[in-house]
Amino acid sequence: MHELSITQSVVDAVCERAAGRPVRVVTVRVGMLTAVVADAMRFCFDLVTAGTVAEGARLEIDQPAGAGHCRACDTEFTLADLILLCPCGSADVDITSGQELQIISMKVG
Amino acid sequence: MCGTCGCHADGGTGGGHSHPVNGETITLEQRVLAKNEDVASRNRDWLAGQGIVAVNLMSSPGAGKTTLLERTIGDLAGRRAVSVIEGDQETTLDADRIKRAGCAVVQVNTGAGCHLDAEMMHTALGSLSPAPGSLILVENVGNLVCPAMFDLGERSKVVIISVTEGTDKPLKYPYMFAAADLVIINKIDLLPYVDFDVDRCAEYARSVNPKVRVLTVSATTGEGMDDWYDWVAEQY
Ligand SMILES: Nc1nc2c(ncn2[C@@H]2O[C@H](COP(=O)(O)OP(=O)(O)OP(=O)(O)O)[C@@H](O)[C@H]2O)c(=O)[nH]1
Ligand SMILES: [Mg+2]
Ligand SMILES: [Zn+2]
Ligand SMILES: [Zn+2]
Ligand SMILES: [Zn+2]
Repeated sequence: MHELSITQSVVDAVCERAAGRPVRVVTVRVGMLTAVVADAMRFCFDLVTAGTVAEGARLEIDQPAGAGHCRACDTEFTLADLILLCPCGSADVDITSGQELQIISMKVG
Repeated sequence: MCGTCGCHADGGTGGGHSHPVNGETITLEQRVLAKNEDVASRNRDWLAGQGIVAVNLMSSPGAGKTTLLERTIGDLAGRRAVSVIEGDQETTLDADRIKRAGCAVVQVNTGAGCHLDAEMMHTALGSLSPAPGSLILVENVGNLVCPAMFDLGERSKVVIISVTEGTDKPLKYPYMFAAADLVIINKIDLLPYVDFDVDRCAEYARSVNPKVRVLTVSATTGEGMDDWYDWVAEQY
């Protein structure tokens, strides 16, 4: 399960920044067009934080929906999946949202 | 004590509901895989400096990665120096096959891990000491989901799918196909016996990755392998 390594990376970064202070809340952004399942990440978070300064912390996951921009008709539209097809029929599409995989912030103290 | 409702939990989700948490907010705004990406970009710089091309081969288990490597090693012998990095959860079986094919190989056992990462690649490069200008073929762990998320510092990502797996694989595993530079459809010697539509499969791959190249080969008969060698030469 790759969510385990992803979550481990989050917890490593957070614990490093916390520098010994207890971590209460961790906020991440995981776009809907990534292969990361939010529930699996929550499950892993409790496992991975055990015994660290982030033990018991709450994980908040912001999940931006997928969106694309079509170069042919210059419009923005919702992308439910990775199939790059604008309603106008063009496949000349850039993904503008949904691929985020970031640690946003944390609350310590 | 919780200031909102008076229960004894002091933050987090204690008491069966969430609580406002006091304390200092620290902004990180960083990529989750920043560390892996940093190591990957150091690998990439080092490889570029040596004129070495590394190709990351990914597929579901049994699509024919090792068979394709064995034939490639044999066919390129005398034309280009090749070495192999073998990622496998357990065993050295694939590495032993590559050794028998007459090629330098480093085995990376990922254990419970389902993919190679940049740190493993870095360690493998250290023990391989590949020749300048050579080709490194990386066999990733058989898995069509996460290997694509972990940059190794490779020049190109190749997805191998075999005709026994079903035409719709690119739609079922879109992340992998979206990340690929090349899709190889393998085991085409079996096309007469299975219900697999090569053109439709290529179309599905392009629906998530419009610019992706698609080649068809049989790693056992050798059909189509010259197109693969041409593609490799284009990576230099
Ligand atoms: N008919 C046919 N069989 C093939 C071809 N390529 C590979 N195979 C067979 O498919 C099986 C799996 O091949 P491998 O090369 O071990 O596959 P792999 O992707 O390395 O497998 P893992 O490392 O376990 O993920 C073997 O029995 C191969 O002989 C092909 O082009 N045609
Ligand atoms: Mg193999
Ligand atoms: Zn359009
Ligand atoms: Zn309360
Ligand atoms: Zn994985």
